[in-house]
Parts: sequence; C-alpha cells; structure tokens
Amino acid sequence: MENTIVQYGLCIAILVALAVPLGGYIGKVMNGEKVFLTRLLSPVERLIYRTLKINKEEQMGWKKYAVSIGAFSLFSFVFLFLILLLQGVLPLNPQGVKGMSPDLAFNTAVSYVTNTNWQAYKGEVSMSYFSQMAGLTVQNFVSAAVGISVLFALIRGFVKVKSEGLGNFWADLTRILLYILIPLSILVSVLLVSQGVVQNLNRNETVELIEPVVTEDGDEITEATVPMGPAASQIAIKQLGTNGGGVFGTNSAFPLENPTALSNLIELISILLIPVSLCFTFGRNIRDKRQGVALFSAMLILLLLALSATFAAEQSGTPQLKAQESVNIEQTDGQAGGNMEGKEARFGIADSAMWATFTTAAANGSVNSMHDSYTPLGGAVPLLLMQIGEVVFGGAGSGLYGMIGFAIMTVFIAGLMVGRTPEYLGKKIEAHEMKMACIICLMTSVAILAGSGIAALVPAVEKSVNNTGAHALTEILYAFSSAGGNNGSSFAGLAANTVFLNLSLGIVMALVRFIPMMAILSVAGNMAKKKKTAVTTGTLSTCGPLFVGLLIFVILLIGALSFLPALSLGPIAEYFQMIG
Amino acid sequence: MKLWKSALPKAFVAVLIFTLLCGVMYPLLITGISQLFFKEKADGSIIEIEGVKYGSELLGQQFSGEEYLWGRIMNVNTEMLKNEDGDPTAYGVPSNLSPAGETYAKLVKERVRKIKEANPQMEEEKIPVDLVTVSGSGQDPHISVEAAYYQIPRLAEKRNRTEEEIQGVIDKYTTGRFLGIFGEKTVNVLEVNLALDGILK
Repeated sequence: MENTIVQYGLCIAILVALAVPLGGYIGKVMNGEKVFLTRLLSPVERLIYRTLKINKEEQMGWKKYAVSIGAFSLFSFVFLFLILLLQGVLPLNPQGVKGMSPDLAFNTAVSYVTNTNWQAYKGEVSMSYFSQMAGLTVQNFVSAAVGISVLFALIRGFVKVKSEGLGNFWADLTRILLYILIPLSILVSVLLVSQGVVQNLNRNETVELIEPVVTEDGDEITEATVPMGPAASQIAIKQLGTNGGGVFGTNSAFPLENPTALSNLIELISILLIPVSLCFTFGRNIRDKRQGVALFSAMLILLLLALSATFAAEQSGTPQLKAQESVNIEQTDGQAGGNMEGKEARFGIADSAMWATFTTAAANGSVNSMHDSYTPLGGAVPLLLMQIGEVVFGGAGSGLYGMIGFAIMTVFIAGLMVGRTPEYLGKKIEAHEMKMACIICLMTSVAILAGSGIAALVPAVEKSVNNTGAHALTEILYAFSSAGGNNGSSFAGLAANTVFLNLSLGIVMALVRFIPMMAILSVAGNMAKKKKTAVTTGTLSTCGPLFVGLLIFVILLIGALSFLPALSLGPIAEYFQMIG
Repeated sequence: MKLWKSALPKAFVAVLIFTLLCGVMYPLLITGISQLFFKEKADGSIIEIEGVKYGSELLGQQFSGEEYLWGRIMNVNTEMLKNEDGDPTAYGVPSNLSPAGETYAKLVKERVRKIKEANPQMEEEKIPVDLVTVSGSGQDPHISVEAAYYQIPRLAEKRNRTEEEIQGVIDKYTTGRFLGIFGEKTVNVLEVNLALDGILK
C-alpha cells in the first residue's frame, strides 16, 4: 500500500516536472518563436511551406481554418481506407495478410483519422507492415496534430482583439509535427526498443515449444509464434498523441509492446505528457499562467479521485476470486494480489489501475490490462471518465478545448446566479458561445446514449457480447462510450467486427470528433472579433479555488447525471449481483 | 465552396508529405537505430541455444507437467497465426471474462482443484491469485515471487533436488522492481524451466 502511494506520487511528480518546461516549449513553437531545434528544422519547415504554397503568416478566419481541417481529414480518410482495402497487394507484407473488408476498413480509417483508434481487428492477424507504417503511424501523428492545432486557434481567438484571424492551419500542423511530435517520438521509441519492444521488418518468428500444446481435436502443436514488425515507432506516437491503437491485439498488455516496469513508466508518462503540458502552454500563451493552473488543478483533482477509486476496487478483488478462502489475494511484497484476471504480473494492480485511469482520462485508449475483466466498480470508473467527454486532460488538444467548453458553461451558470453577463478570459460570453458550448458538452452524451440504446435493441449485437446479463450491457455501453469519447479502449470481449457495429461506431466517432471541433472553431472566430472587457470587482475570477470547484461540479453534473441510469443497469447492477 | 477549392489541393499534398515523413522516413530511421544498437531486443528477445529457438524471453508458454514451474493460466489459440509452412502455431489470448459472475466462480474452483491436486505438500496454504487467473496479454511470461515459491516443494520432489536448489534457480530469474519502486517483483517462468532442464546455464 505505501509502495503504491509512493509510485503514484512519483509518477505524477515526474509527469508535472516534464510537462512544465514542455508546455513552455510548445507555446514558443506555436507562436513561431525561436527554440533550440529551429536551426536544424527551419529549412525543412520552409521546404514544406514552399511545396504547399502557403504563407505562414496568413491569418485564416474560422471558416477557412475549419475547411482546411475538413479537407485534410477527408484525404487522410481516403488514403487510409484505400491502403487498408489494398494491403494484400501492397509491399511490406511478409505474413501475406489480405485486404480488409470495406466495413472494417471504414471503421478503422475513421477511427484513426478521428484520433480514437478503436480497433475491431487484431494487428498481428490483419495488418501488413505497410499499413502499420504508411497508414496507421501517419494518422497517429496527424490526428493528434489536428487536435492540438484547434486548441491554438482557440487560444488565438481569446488573445486577439477585434480581428478575424486564427492563424494558418497548414503552418500549425507542420510546426506541431516537426518540432513537437516527431522529436518526442524518436526519443520515446528508442527508449522503448532498449527495453525489448520489437522494431524490425522481418517475418514473424517461429519457436519450438518445450511442452507441446494439445488441441481439442487431439492435434499436437509444437511451435509458437513470436510476432514481429515496426512496433516501437508506432507505440511511441500512439501514447504521445493520445491515440492508443495497439500494434498487437492486446495492446500495451502485450510484452513485446510493453516489456518492463520502466517501459510501462515511460508509456504511462507519454500518455498524459502532452495534454498536461498544454494546460501550461494555455496559461503562457493567453498571458495569464493562473488560468492554465486552474484548469490543470480541476483535471488533476478528478484524475486523483478516479485513480483511488479504480485502485481500491481492483485491489479488493471479488468474492468469486477468493474461492472460499482458498486463493490468496492479499497485497504483499511477493505478490500484487487483488483482481489479477486480465492483468500482467509485472504491472500488478497498482500499475494496471493507474494505466486504466490515465488512458481513459486522456482520450488515449491503449490498455495494459483487460478492462473487460475489471471488477464491476473498477470498470465503471474508466467508463465514466470517457462519458464525461474526455476532459480530464483528454486528447491532445481536444481535451483542453473540451474543458474550455465546460469552463464557458461554468461561468455562464455562475453568471446567472449573480445576475451578471458572464465573461471568460476577458471576453463576454453571449448567446452564440453558449449554443456552441452546449453542443460541445452534450455531443458526447447524446452520441453514447443514443448509440448504445439502439445497439442494445439490434438482435445481431447479442451475438457479439462475451459475457451475460448486466456485464453484457456494460460491454455495449463501453464500446459506444469509447467511440463517443474518441477514446478507443474496449471491453475487448465484445466481438466488434460486425457490419452493424463497424458502421455505427464509425459514424459515432466521426460525429463526436468533428462537430465539437467545428463548434469550438466558431467560438474562436467569434471571440477574436470581440473587444476585451476590463476586470472589475464584479468579475468572477476564473483562476481561484471557487471556480475550480464549480467547474468540477458542472462536469460531474452533466456527465454523471446523463449516465446514471445507464450505469445503474450495467456496472452498478453487476456489483450488487456480485456481493449477493 | 471557394474555401474548399483552395484547401483540397493543399490537403492532398500535405497528406503525401506527412506520409513520407511520418510513415516512411521516421519508422525506417527508428528501425535503423534499433537494429544498430539493440538488435537482439528489437528482434524479439529470442532465447536461442545451439541453434534451437526456445521462445522469446518476453512471451509466456504453457506448462502443465508437474516437473515444470507453472505460469499464468493460458487460453491457447491455435487458429490465429500460422508458421511459414502454413501449420498452426500456439498463441495465448486473454479471457475477457468478468471476475464477478457465477461462471467465473466455477472456473476458479476448477483451477483451485487442479492446483491443489498437483501440490499436496501445500495443502494448508492459500494459492497465490496469479496462478488461478489469465493475464492481460494472454502470454504473460512472469508470475509473482509468491506464486513461484508456492511450487518449490513440488518441483523439489519431482526433480529430486533440494528446495534450496530450486529456490536458487527461481531467485536467479527473478527481476526486482524498477528502482525498487515501480512495477512488481516477477519470476520468468520459461527461463526457470529452461534452467531446470539444464538447457539454460
């Protein structure tokens, strides 16, 4: 127990210690200020601008910015879709995997373009190395970059006074990739390979089993497969870009994706590094650091609450695991104890619970343990974190702009209480902003509840669930929450590769990604036009503990109340069945 | 419409540029660095002794013989992956079962019975939980120290060696926590078994 607390404390301390300077660095890069990589990379940057025929100083209006994102995402989708369909005849395919079915290719392409990385396939069975590299790895990078660029468009909207422009999308995209995501990924992937993550282009390795496996038909299997591929390069960006799609089926639980306690620590920190840094960048670039710290504090408090709840539920295990006191589930120096179903021995309960919390708080979605095998309440926490809209640090860029949506909602509610026109960061919040904030805050809930409601009524979906009763409903709810939060983690027992689920989840992912994104850009465009209002004694401070408390309250109010009925039928019902 | 017309060509070229940069140059650079500096690790940490590949030190194998150290419970799939000749090979997968249901209670009971039967020396002791559960990857190469120690009396008897000798082998293939803090203490099951067979020295 003490060790767990020390582990959690240290991990968060390292995270913040890295995020503060990185936040400053990102802020400089996005303002076009000089950084230590400028000398090395500016020729490449200029070459890209010349090829794209853009003027980096151009200030796009919000519509142009939005259309640029739309066009870029459209081509990204088409490229990836075609690669997945045609991978059977494309190069770098030593295992000879076939092209994907159109519905699975659609689902996978939408999933990666929207930074969700939901996976209805198993990487080692249905992906060629070409698809992994030129298809998926690319979208891991650019979908994260798109999310971050929107955040900066919004920041510029707050900073600018009576103007139109939000910056140049193409320049933002290029800078984020060249100066932030690629250098960090090179660093992380080399560290991961040093721990044993595979990185090659060889065919899968076959090894001799010491003890042959006898199948149900009586056949003797004497060999096992060790899968290969360009894994580390994709895993680094899958964590840093809050993507989360595993190169292999069991994601970061798989030892060749995450072999040691150190690789686990590196990946855990990578999951939250950019979302946390962006809080500090936000404060820096709007020239009021306290605003960034306030949003960071609200997120950290929610994260710690969720972390303690998950850990406590998983460490206590279930009565079924104890099997009338014949199994030892105590946490000691020699064993992790607790609910070890679906968890790896090297991570135990502490590191698995921390990962489950981080990955669903950030819209990452990679897993190092199987969430389907969590205890009812332990599995409900990740579920709720996705349902409140991925705003507890959330996706790269998208988490923070979602949180700002909630902040706008909070100042509005607070403004109503005292009867003043609400303001945020010196800009008046009026009808248009409120409409958009409502879309941002409610889109996720609507998509999740309508989606899982419909799915639960479709007879074919019944065949996809792996468990029965309340837990089966939770599997469906989890799938739609994951798609609806652009998270991508799964209760992996659900056999999700069916035409209905591929299409419906694909549509949900696209809606919850692009509608709030367009809404936030229109807020940004509107904000840029407004004048700054002076701070008076009547202005609600948005950086004190009062505001942080209110913000947490509003998030829980919207998130928790929308989902209480669904959660009662799923995990809560299962909990009461469990204790008998 | 005018906005789209000017954005589409840029978007097309941008996707090409970043595919080249992030999808070709970057992964090849990392492959090059990895093969140069960490070849054995980048190629899957294969244990190869006198030309025989016994497995990856990072992937678990199923052991059910009483003379071997047992690992996590494995669901072995033989249909997912094939070798170069198209013959089926073994590959572990997770259970994805809820640990709270009736079905699960029955499963654990059956696993407990099997383990108790194989370890009569430990009749009075509770079984460490990792021995009755399937791992997250389905191919966990490790078990906890308690789970390994639980099996020492049986291994000593079946192998005609002292308990101290068996413990010595287990301790040799035990990894501590990173910096004494992060992760859990683990025993590598495949390595212990290769050592017990005298293959790994």
